Amino acid sequence: MVSPANGRDRESRATFETVDRRDFLWEALKASLGVPIALGVVRVPELCGMQEESDAGAERIYGMGIDIRKCIGCGRCAQACKNENDVPDEPYFFNTWVERYVIRGDGEVVVDSPNGGIDGFPPIAEEGGTLRTFFVPKLCNHCEEAPCVQVCPVGATFVTADGTVLVDEEYCIGCGYCVQACPYGARWFDPEKHVARKCTFCYHRLAKGKVPACVEVCPTSARLFGEVGHRANPLARFLRFNEIQVLKPHLNTKPKVFYANLDGEVR
Amino acid sequence: MPQQVVRLGIAFAVLAIVFTAVRQTLVPDTFGEAGHYRAAAVDSIEAYPLQYAGHEACATCHRPSAEKKSTSNHSGVSCEVCHGPAAEHAAAPGSVKPPAPRERGFCPMCHGYNASRPSGFPQIDPVAHNPTVPCMTCHDPHAPEPPVIPGACRACHGQIASQKAVSHHATLPCLTCHEAPDEHKATPRLVRPDKPDTRDFCGSCHAEAAASPSHIPRIDMSTHGDGYLCWQCHYPHHPEAE
Repeated sequence: MVSPANGRDRESRATFETVDRRDFLWEALKASLGVPIALGVVRVPELCGMQEESDAGAERIYGMGIDIRKCIGCGRCAQACKNENDVPDEPYFFNTWVERYVIRGDGEVVVDSPNGGIDGFPPIAEEGGTLRTFFVPKLCNHCEEAPCVQVCPVGATFVTADGTVLVDEEYCIGCGYCVQACPYGARWFDPEKHVARKCTFCYHRLAKGKVPACVEVCPTSARLFGEVGHRANPLARFLRFNEIQVLKPHLNTKPKVFYANLDGEVR
Repeated sequence: MPQQVVRLGIAFAVLAIVFTAVRQTLVPDTFGEAGHYRAAAVDSIEAYPLQYAGHEACATCHRPSAEKKSTSNHSGVSCEVCHGPAAEHAAAPGSVKPPAPRERGFCPMCHGYNASRPSGFPQIDPVAHNPTVPCMTCHDPHAPEPPVIPGACRACHGQIASQKAVSHHATLPCLTCHEAPDEHKATPRLVRPDKPDTRDFCGSCHAEAAASPSHIPRIDMSTHGDGYLCWQCHYPHHPEAE
Protein backbone atom coordinates (compact mmCIF):
# COMPACT_ATOMS: atom_id res chain seq x y z
CA MET A 1 0.00 0.00 0.00
CA VAL A 2 1.47 3.29 -1.11
CA SER A 3 0.35 6.64 0.31
CA PRO A 4 1.00 9.94 -1.51
CA ALA A 5 3.46 11.08 1.17
CA ASN A 6 5.69 8.09 0.48
CA GLY A 7 7.08 9.70 -2.61
CA ARG A 8 9.34 11.97 -0.56
CA ASP A 9 10.34 9.14 1.76
CA ARG A 10 11.45 7.10 -1.16
CA GLU A 11 13.49 10.01 -2.41
CA SER A 12 15.37 10.56 0.83
CA ARG A 13 15.83 6.82 1.44
CA ALA A 14 17.64 6.64 -1.85
CA THR A 15 20.45 8.82 -0.47
CA PHE A 16 20.91 6.50 2.59
CA GLU A 17 20.83 3.23 0.75
CA THR A 18 24.66 3.04 0.35
CA VAL A 19 25.06 2.42 4.14
CA ASP A 20 22.75 -0.20 5.66
CA ARG A 21 22.86 -1.19 9.32
CA ARG A 22 25.02 -4.28 8.79
CA ASP A 23 27.66 -2.42 6.80
CA PHE A 24 27.68 0.48 9.26
CA LEU A 25 28.33 -1.80 12.24
CA TRP A 26 30.99 -3.70 10.37
CA GLU A 27 32.80 -0.54 9.30
CA ALA A 28 32.53 0.92 12.84
CA LEU A 29 34.01 -2.27 14.34
CA LYS A 30 36.97 -2.14 11.96
CA ALA A 31 37.51 1.54 12.68
CA SER A 32 37.36 1.02 16.47
CA LEU A 33 40.17 -1.54 16.27
CA GLY A 34 42.43 1.13 14.83
CA VAL A 35 41.60 3.73 17.48
CA PRO A 36 43.83 2.37 20.32
CA ILE A 37 46.80 2.24 17.97
CA ALA A 38 46.08 5.74 16.67
CA LEU A 39 45.86 7.07 20.24
CA GLY A 40 49.06 5.34 21.31
CA VAL A 41 47.46 3.08 23.94
CA VAL A 42 48.71 -0.05 22.18
CA ARG A 43 52.00 -0.05 20.33
CA VAL A 44 52.56 -1.98 17.15
CA PRO A 45 55.85 -3.57 18.32
CA GLU A 46 54.10 -4.98 21.40
CA LEU A 47 51.41 -6.52 19.18
CA CYS A 48 54.07 -8.13 17.03
CA GLY A 49 55.91 -9.54 20.08
CA MET A 50 59.01 -7.43 19.54
CA GLN A 51 59.03 -6.32 23.18
CA GLU A 52 59.76 -9.86 24.39
CA GLU A 53 62.67 -10.19 21.99
CA SER A 54 64.37 -7.10 23.35
CA ASP A 55 64.01 -8.47 26.93
CA ALA A 56 65.57 -11.78 25.99
CA GLY A 57 68.58 -9.94 24.63
CA ALA A 58 69.43 -8.38 28.04
CA GLU A 59 73.19 -8.04 28.38
CA ARG A 60 73.39 -9.24 31.98
CA ILE A 61 71.26 -10.30 34.93
CA TYR A 62 72.68 -9.22 38.29
CA GLY A 63 72.62 -11.47 41.35
CA MET A 64 74.19 -11.79 44.81
CA GLY A 65 75.64 -14.75 46.68
CA ILE A 66 75.76 -14.99 50.49
CA ASP A 67 77.73 -17.65 52.37
CA ILE A 68 76.19 -18.08 55.82
CA ARG A 69 79.28 -19.87 57.17
CA LYS A 70 81.45 -16.83 56.45
CA CYS A 71 79.18 -14.20 58.01
CA ILE A 72 80.56 -12.92 61.34
CA GLY A 73 77.60 -10.64 62.02
CA CYS A 74 79.71 -7.47 62.26
CA GLY A 75 76.93 -5.43 60.64
CA ARG A 76 79.34 -3.44 58.46
CA CYS A 77 77.13 -4.17 55.43
CA ALA A 78 74.08 -2.60 57.07
CA GLN A 79 76.11 0.45 58.12
CA ALA A 80 77.70 0.84 54.67
CA CYS A 81 74.29 0.60 53.03
CA LYS A 82 72.97 3.40 55.22
CA ASN A 83 76.00 5.55 54.36
CA GLU A 84 75.84 4.85 50.64
CA ASN A 85 72.11 5.12 50.07
CA ASP A 86 71.20 7.90 52.47
CA VAL A 87 68.97 5.66 54.59
CA PRO A 88 67.90 7.45 57.80
CA ASP A 89 69.54 6.10 60.99
CA GLU A 90 66.21 6.28 62.81
CA PRO A 91 63.51 5.08 62.68
CA TYR A 92 64.94 1.65 62.16
CA PHE A 93 64.60 1.04 58.44
CA PHE A 94 67.13 -0.95 56.43
CA ASN A 95 67.81 -1.92 52.84
CA THR A 96 69.97 -4.72 54.21
CA TRP A 97 70.30 -6.03 57.76
CA VAL A 98 71.77 -8.98 59.65
CA GLU A 99 69.59 -11.41 61.60
CA ARG A 100 70.89 -13.65 64.36
CA TYR A 101 69.27 -17.07 64.53
CA VAL A 102 69.45 -18.98 67.80
CA ILE A 103 67.98 -22.48 67.66
CA ARG A 104 67.46 -23.81 71.16
CA GLY A 105 67.67 -27.37 72.34
CA ASP A 106 63.90 -27.58 72.70
CA GLY A 107 63.44 -26.54 69.04
CA GLU A 108 62.49 -22.95 69.75
CA VAL A 109 63.90 -20.55 67.14
CA VAL A 110 64.79 -17.05 68.34
CA VAL A 111 65.57 -14.42 65.69
CA ASP A 112 66.78 -10.94 66.55
CA SER A 113 68.37 -8.05 64.69
CA PRO A 114 68.96 -5.12 67.08
CA ASN A 115 69.44 -2.02 64.90
CA GLY A 116 70.03 -4.33 61.93
CA GLY A 117 73.18 -5.69 63.57
CA ILE A 118 75.02 -2.37 63.19
CA ASP A 119 75.76 -2.04 66.92
CA GLY A 120 76.58 -5.71 67.41
CA PHE A 121 74.56 -8.39 69.17
CA PRO A 122 74.11 -8.80 72.93
CA PRO A 123 75.22 -12.12 74.43
CA ILE A 124 72.74 -14.96 73.97
CA ALA A 125 70.57 -15.45 77.05
CA GLU A 126 71.19 -18.92 78.48
CA GLU A 127 73.89 -19.75 75.97
CA GLY A 128 74.05 -23.29 77.30
CA GLY A 129 70.63 -24.12 75.84
CA THR A 130 71.73 -23.29 72.32
CA LEU A 131 71.71 -26.01 69.67
CA ARG A 132 72.85 -23.96 66.66
CA THR A 133 73.39 -20.28 66.11
CA PHE A 134 74.49 -18.24 63.10
CA PHE A 135 73.96 -14.96 61.26
CA VAL A 136 71.83 -14.42 58.15
CA PRO A 137 72.31 -11.20 56.15
CA LYS A 138 69.10 -10.20 54.40
CA LEU A 139 68.17 -7.75 51.67
CA CYS A 140 65.80 -7.40 48.73
CA ASN A 141 65.93 -10.63 46.74
CA HIS A 142 65.37 -8.84 43.42
CA CYS A 143 62.80 -11.46 42.48
CA GLU A 144 62.28 -12.35 38.86
CA GLU A 145 58.53 -12.58 39.62
CA ALA A 146 58.46 -9.73 42.12
CA PRO A 147 55.19 -9.39 44.07
CA CYS A 148 55.96 -5.71 44.75
CA VAL A 149 56.11 -4.97 41.03
CA GLN A 150 52.82 -6.74 40.43
CA VAL A 151 50.92 -4.71 43.03
CA CYS A 152 52.27 -1.26 42.15
CA PRO A 153 49.27 0.61 40.74
CA VAL A 154 51.26 3.22 38.81
CA GLY A 155 54.37 1.42 37.55
CA ALA A 156 56.69 3.19 39.98
CA THR A 157 58.29 -0.13 40.96
CA PHE A 158 59.80 -1.98 38.07
CA VAL A 159 62.32 -4.58 36.97
CA THR A 160 65.10 -3.21 34.78
CA ALA A 161 66.48 -5.09 31.78
CA ASP A 162 69.30 -6.41 34.01
CA GLY A 163 66.89 -7.89 36.53
CA THR A 164 67.21 -5.27 39.28
CA VAL A 165 64.02 -4.17 41.05
CA LEU A 166 63.99 -0.39 41.44
CA VAL A 167 61.64 2.32 42.71
CA ASP A 168 60.99 5.48 40.73
CA GLU A 169 60.88 7.90 43.67
CA GLU A 170 59.59 10.77 41.56
CA TYR A 171 56.62 8.74 40.35
CA CYS A 172 55.80 6.69 43.51
CA ILE A 173 52.46 7.79 45.00
CA GLY A 174 53.28 6.34 48.43
CA CYS A 175 50.34 3.93 48.66
CA GLY A 176 52.49 1.34 50.44
CA TYR A 177 51.04 -1.70 48.66
CA CYS A 178 54.53 -2.93 47.80
CA VAL A 179 55.61 -2.74 51.45
CA GLN A 180 52.81 -5.15 52.31
CA ALA A 181 53.30 -7.34 49.25
CA CYS A 182 56.99 -8.09 49.83
CA PRO A 183 57.24 -11.53 51.48
CA TYR A 184 60.81 -10.78 52.62
CA GLY A 185 60.10 -7.53 54.49
CA ALA A 186 62.69 -5.85 52.32
CA ARG A 187 60.71 -2.67 51.61
CA TRP A 188 60.13 0.28 53.87
CA PHE A 189 58.30 3.56 53.71
CA ASP A 190 60.50 6.66 53.83
CA PRO A 191 58.91 8.97 56.43
CA GLU A 192 60.59 12.05 54.94
CA LYS A 193 60.23 11.49 51.20
CA HIS A 194 56.84 9.71 51.55
CA VAL A 195 57.82 7.08 49.00
CA ALA A 196 58.55 3.36 49.22
CA ARG A 197 62.25 2.53 49.28
CA LYS A 198 64.37 -0.59 49.00
CA CYS A 199 67.75 -2.06 48.09
CA THR A 200 68.80 -1.15 44.56
CA PHE A 201 71.86 -3.46 44.41
CA CYS A 202 73.52 0.00 44.57
CA TYR A 203 72.48 0.55 40.98
CA HIS A 204 74.39 3.84 40.85
CA ARG A 205 77.58 1.97 41.79
CA LEU A 206 77.01 -0.77 39.21
CA ALA A 207 76.65 1.93 36.55
CA LYS A 208 80.16 3.12 37.48
CA GLY A 209 81.65 -0.37 37.42
CA LYS A 210 81.72 -0.87 41.20
CA VAL A 211 80.15 -3.55 43.38
CA PRO A 212 77.35 -2.76 45.89
CA ALA A 213 78.54 -1.07 49.10
CA CYS A 214 77.64 -4.08 51.28
CA VAL A 215 79.80 -6.34 49.10
CA GLU A 216 82.63 -3.80 49.08
CA VAL A 217 82.85 -3.66 52.88
CA CYS A 218 82.13 -7.30 53.78
CA PRO A 219 85.37 -8.22 55.61
CA THR A 220 85.02 -12.00 55.22
CA SER A 221 83.71 -12.06 51.62
CA ALA A 222 80.48 -13.61 52.89
CA ARG A 223 78.74 -11.53 50.24
CA LEU A 224 79.72 -11.52 46.60
CA PHE A 225 78.20 -10.01 43.51
CA GLY A 226 78.05 -11.03 39.89
CA GLU A 227 75.95 -11.98 36.92
CA VAL A 228 73.59 -14.92 36.71
CA GLY A 229 74.29 -17.23 33.79
CA HIS A 230 77.75 -15.95 32.87
CA ARG A 231 80.53 -18.42 33.62
CA ALA A 232 83.48 -16.13 34.23
CA ASN A 233 82.43 -14.14 37.28
CA PRO A 234 82.44 -14.59 41.06
CA LEU A 235 78.76 -15.44 41.34
CA ALA A 236 79.02 -18.22 38.75
CA ARG A 237 81.86 -19.80 40.73
CA PHE A 238 79.83 -19.43 43.93
CA LEU A 239 76.84 -21.13 42.30
CA ARG A 240 78.99 -23.98 40.98
CA PHE A 241 80.86 -24.87 44.17
CA ASN A 242 78.15 -24.46 46.81
CA GLU A 243 74.83 -26.04 47.53
CA ILE A 244 72.47 -23.15 46.94
CA GLN A 245 69.17 -22.22 48.50
CA VAL A 246 66.92 -19.19 48.15
CA LEU A 247 64.52 -17.77 50.74
CA LYS A 248 60.86 -18.90 50.57
CA PRO A 249 61.20 -20.88 47.33
CA HIS A 250 57.58 -22.08 47.65
CA LEU A 251 56.36 -18.58 46.76
CA ASN A 252 57.83 -18.90 43.23
CA THR A 253 59.22 -15.39 43.38
CA LYS A 254 62.49 -16.65 41.82
CA PRO A 255 64.93 -14.65 43.98
CA LYS A 256 68.33 -13.59 42.65
CA VAL A 257 69.96 -13.55 46.09
CA PHE A 258 71.47 -17.01 46.56
CA TYR A 259 72.46 -18.48 49.94
CA ALA A 260 75.08 -21.14 50.61
CA ASN A 261 75.01 -23.22 53.82
CA LEU A 262 71.57 -21.92 54.74
CA ASP A 263 69.92 -23.60 57.72
CA GLY A 264 66.48 -25.12 57.24
CA GLU A 265 65.06 -22.94 60.02
CA VAL A 266 65.72 -19.68 58.14
CA ARG A 267 62.57 -17.99 56.93
CA MET B 1 27.99 11.84 3.83
CA PRO B 2 24.92 10.98 5.87
CA GLN B 3 24.13 13.41 8.66
CA GLN B 4 24.12 10.97 11.54
CA VAL B 5 27.53 9.57 10.54
CA VAL B 6 28.92 13.10 10.50
CA ARG B 7 27.51 13.79 13.98
CA LEU B 8 28.86 10.50 15.26
CA GLY B 9 32.19 11.26 13.66
CA ILE B 10 32.38 14.63 15.41
CA ALA B 11 31.51 13.04 18.74
CA PHE B 12 34.24 10.40 18.29
CA ALA B 13 36.76 13.01 17.21
CA VAL B 14 36.05 15.17 20.29
CA LEU B 15 36.34 12.10 22.56
CA ALA B 16 39.59 11.09 20.91
CA ILE B 17 41.07 14.58 21.30
CA VAL B 18 40.03 14.79 24.97
CA PHE B 19 41.42 11.28 25.63
CA THR B 20 44.73 12.09 23.94
CA ALA B 21 45.06 15.38 25.82
CA VAL B 22 44.33 13.76 29.20
CA ARG B 23 46.74 10.94 28.42
CA GLN B 24 49.46 13.36 27.40
CA THR B 25 49.18 15.22 30.70
CA LEU B 26 48.84 12.20 33.01
CA VAL B 27 51.39 9.78 31.54
CA PRO B 28 54.91 11.02 32.26
CA ASP B 29 57.56 11.39 29.56
CA THR B 30 59.53 8.26 28.68
CA PHE B 31 56.91 6.01 30.37
CA GLY B 32 56.70 2.73 28.51
CA GLU B 33 59.84 3.16 26.44
CA ALA B 34 61.55 0.19 28.06
CA GLY B 35 58.66 -1.41 29.96
CA HIS B 36 55.83 -0.45 32.28
CA TYR B 37 57.87 2.29 33.93
CA ARG B 38 59.50 5.66 33.34
CA ALA B 39 62.71 4.94 31.44
CA ALA B 40 64.18 8.22 32.73
CA ALA B 41 63.96 6.89 36.32
CA VAL B 42 66.84 4.49 35.61
CA ASP B 43 69.05 7.40 34.57
CA SER B 44 68.22 9.43 37.67
CA ILE B 45 68.93 6.41 39.93
CA GLU B 46 72.24 5.81 38.12
CA ALA B 47 73.17 9.44 38.80
CA TYR B 48 73.15 9.08 42.62
CA PRO B 49 76.49 10.15 44.11
CA LEU B 50 79.00 7.54 45.34
CA GLN B 51 79.95 7.40 49.01
CA TYR B 52 82.31 4.41 48.96
CA ALA B 53 85.13 4.88 46.46
CA GLY B 54 86.12 1.19 46.43
CA HIS B 55 89.47 -0.33 47.41
CA GLU B 56 90.90 0.05 43.89
CA ALA B 57 90.63 3.82 44.24
CA CYS B 58 92.53 3.77 47.57
CA ALA B 59 95.35 1.63 46.14
CA THR B 60 96.18 4.16 43.42
CA CYS B 61 97.64 6.56 46.05
CA HIS B 62 98.19 4.43 49.18
CA ARG B 63 100.28 1.78 47.47
CA PRO B 64 102.50 0.75 50.44
CA SER B 65 99.55 0.12 52.77
CA ALA B 66 97.59 -1.64 50.03
CA GLU B 67 100.49 -3.93 49.17
CA LYS B 68 101.18 -4.73 52.80
CA LYS B 69 97.53 -5.55 53.35
CA SER B 70 97.23 -7.60 50.15
CA THR B 71 99.37 -10.44 51.52
CA SER B 72 98.11 -10.28 55.12
CA ASN B 73 95.26 -11.86 57.03
CA HIS B 74 93.24 -8.73 56.22
CA SER B 75 93.71 -9.04 52.46
CA GLY B 76 89.97 -9.44 51.95
CA VAL B 77 89.08 -6.50 54.19
CA SER B 78 88.40 -3.40 52.12
CA CYS B 79 90.03 -0.13 53.28
CA GLU B 80 86.64 1.54 53.80
CA VAL B 81 85.48 -1.10 56.30
CA CYS B 82 87.65 0.60 58.93
CA HIS B 83 88.28 4.05 57.39
CA GLY B 84 84.66 4.71 56.43
CA PRO B 85 83.20 5.93 53.14
CA ALA B 86 85.96 7.79 51.31
CA ALA B 87 84.60 8.93 47.95
CA GLU B 88 84.84 12.54 49.09
CA HIS B 89 88.43 11.98 50.19
CA ALA B 90 89.23 10.41 46.81
CA ALA B 91 87.79 13.46 45.05
CA ALA B 92 89.58 15.99 47.29
CA PRO B 93 92.46 14.18 49.05
CA GLY B 94 93.86 17.34 50.63
CA SER B 95 90.76 18.75 52.27
CA VAL B 96 88.78 15.67 53.39
CA LYS B 97 90.51 13.13 55.62
CA PRO B 98 88.90 9.77 56.44
CA PRO B 99 89.01 8.65 60.08
CA ALA B 100 91.37 5.97 61.39
CA PRO B 101 89.61 4.29 64.34
CA ARG B 102 91.87 3.59 67.30
CA GLU B 103 89.41 3.06 70.13
CA ARG B 104 89.21 -0.39 71.69
CA GLY B 105 85.56 -0.76 70.83
CA PHE B 106 86.17 -0.84 67.08
CA CYS B 107 88.09 -4.07 66.41
CA PRO B 108 85.77 -6.21 68.60
CA MET B 109 82.90 -5.41 66.20
CA CYS B 110 84.44 -8.23 64.19
CA HIS B 111 86.83 -9.89 66.68
CA GLY B 112 84.86 -9.78 69.94
CA TYR B 113 83.64 -13.20 71.01
CA ASN B 114 80.13 -13.97 69.81
CA ALA B 115 78.70 -17.46 69.99
CA SER B 116 76.99 -17.06 66.61
CA ARG B 117 80.23 -16.34 64.73
CA PRO B 118 81.81 -19.13 62.69
CA SER B 119 83.96 -21.09 65.13
CA GLY B 120 87.25 -20.74 63.20
CA PHE B 121 87.08 -16.94 63.16
CA PRO B 122 89.68 -15.29 65.46
CA GLN B 123 87.85 -13.87 68.49
CA ILE B 124 88.81 -12.46 71.88
CA ASP B 125 86.98 -11.43 75.02
CA PRO B 126 87.37 -7.60 74.93
CA VAL B 127 86.99 -7.39 78.72
CA ALA B 128 89.67 -9.92 79.60
CA HIS B 129 92.04 -9.38 76.65
CA ASN B 130 94.69 -6.78 77.67
CA PRO B 131 92.20 -4.22 78.96
CA THR B 132 92.87 -0.49 78.36
CA VAL B 133 95.56 -1.14 75.73
CA PRO B 134 94.58 -0.02 72.20
CA CYS B 135 94.53 -2.97 69.79
CA MET B 136 97.08 -1.24 67.52
CA THR B 137 99.72 -1.38 70.25
CA CYS B 138 100.22 -5.10 69.59
CA HIS B 139 98.44 -5.73 66.26
CA ASP B 140 99.10 -3.96 62.94
CA PRO B 141 95.66 -3.60 61.33
CA HIS B 142 97.19 -3.65 57.82
CA ALA B 143 99.03 -6.91 58.55
CA PRO B 144 97.53 -8.49 61.66
CA GLU B 145 99.19 -11.60 63.00
CA PRO B 146 97.91 -13.92 65.68
CA PRO B 147 99.86 -13.36 68.95
CA VAL B 148 101.54 -16.71 68.43
CA ILE B 149 102.25 -18.26 65.04
CA PRO B 150 100.06 -21.36 64.97
CA GLY B 151 102.15 -24.33 65.91
CA ALA B 152 101.67 -27.78 67.40
CA CYS B 153 98.03 -28.93 67.31
CA ARG B 154 96.74 -25.50 66.33
CA ALA B 155 98.67 -25.47 63.05
CA CYS B 156 96.22 -27.98 61.61
CA HIS B 157 93.26 -27.88 64.02
CA GLY B 158 92.82 -24.10 64.03
CA GLN B 159 89.04 -24.19 64.08
CA ILE B 160 88.93 -26.43 67.16
CA ALA B 161 91.68 -24.37 68.84
CA SER B 162 89.82 -21.06 68.24
CA GLN B 163 86.65 -22.51 69.63
CA LYS B 164 88.32 -24.04 72.65
CA ALA B 165 90.11 -20.76 73.35
CA VAL B 166 86.82 -19.05 74.23
CA SER B 167 85.24 -22.03 76.01
CA HIS B 168 85.31 -23.17 79.64
CA HIS B 169 88.03 -25.62 78.61
CA ALA B 170 90.33 -22.82 77.35
CA THR B 171 93.11 -23.60 79.83
CA LEU B 172 93.25 -27.33 79.14
CA PRO B 173 96.05 -28.35 76.72
CA CYS B 174 94.97 -30.70 73.92
CA LEU B 175 97.14 -33.43 75.38
CA THR B 176 95.12 -33.47 78.59
CA CYS B 177 92.44 -35.46 76.76
CA HIS B 178 94.19 -36.69 73.59
CA GLU B 179 97.22 -38.91 73.42
CA ALA B 180 99.01 -37.97 70.18
CA PRO B 181 101.94 -40.18 69.10
CA ASP B 182 104.79 -38.38 67.33
CA GLU B 183 103.97 -40.32 64.14
CA HIS B 184 100.69 -38.39 63.96
CA LYS B 185 102.62 -35.31 62.82
CA ALA B 186 104.29 -37.24 59.97
CA THR B 187 101.34 -39.34 58.84
CA PRO B 188 98.29 -37.67 60.38
CA ARG B 189 95.73 -40.01 58.84
CA LEU B 190 97.54 -43.26 59.46
CA VAL B 191 98.32 -42.62 63.10
CA ARG B 192 95.51 -40.84 64.87
CA PRO B 193 95.34 -39.40 68.37
CA ASP B 194 92.92 -41.12 70.68
CA LYS B 195 89.82 -39.79 72.43
CA PRO B 196 88.83 -40.48 76.02
CA ASP B 197 87.20 -43.92 76.00
CA THR B 198 85.86 -44.07 79.54
CA ARG B 199 83.26 -42.05 81.41
CA ASP B 200 85.58 -41.91 84.37
CA PHE B 201 88.03 -39.76 82.40
CA CYS B 202 85.63 -36.80 82.39
CA GLY B 203 84.48 -37.90 85.82
CA SER B 204 87.95 -37.21 87.21
CA CYS B 205 86.96 -33.53 87.15
CA HIS B 206 83.15 -33.60 86.86
CA ALA B 207 82.09 -36.46 89.14
CA GLU B 208 80.52 -35.48 92.45
CA ALA B 209 83.40 -37.00 94.41
CA ALA B 210 86.17 -35.55 92.20
CA ALA B 211 89.02 -33.64 93.84
CA SER B 212 88.82 -30.73 91.35
CA PRO B 213 88.07 -27.08 92.29
CA SER B 214 84.51 -26.49 93.47
CA HIS B 215 83.46 -24.13 90.62
CA ILE B 216 83.68 -26.98 88.11
CA PRO B 217 80.19 -28.33 87.33
CA ARG B 218 79.41 -31.71 88.92
CA ILE B 219 77.19 -34.53 87.80
CA ASP B 220 76.04 -37.77 89.35
CA MET B 221 77.89 -40.23 87.11
CA SER B 222 75.77 -43.18 88.28
CA THR B 223 72.45 -41.78 87.01
CA HIS B 224 73.46 -39.33 84.24
CA GLY B 225 73.59 -40.56 80.63
CA ASP B 226 74.27 -44.18 81.46
CA GLY B 227 75.62 -46.19 78.53
CA TYR B 228 77.11 -43.25 76.64
CA LEU B 229 80.55 -41.73 76.65
CA CYS B 230 80.41 -38.10 77.77
CA TRP B 231 81.61 -36.66 74.42
CA GLN B 232 78.85 -38.48 72.54
CA CYS B 233 76.41 -35.87 73.91
CA HIS B 234 78.65 -32.98 75.04
CA TYR B 235 81.15 -31.16 72.80
CA PRO B 236 84.33 -30.98 74.92
CA HIS B 237 85.96 -28.25 72.78
CA HIS B 238 83.08 -25.95 73.69
CA PRO B 239 81.12 -27.64 76.49
CA GLU B 240 77.62 -26.20 76.73
CA ALA B 241 76.57 -27.46 80.13
CA GLU B 242 76.35 -24.68 82.73
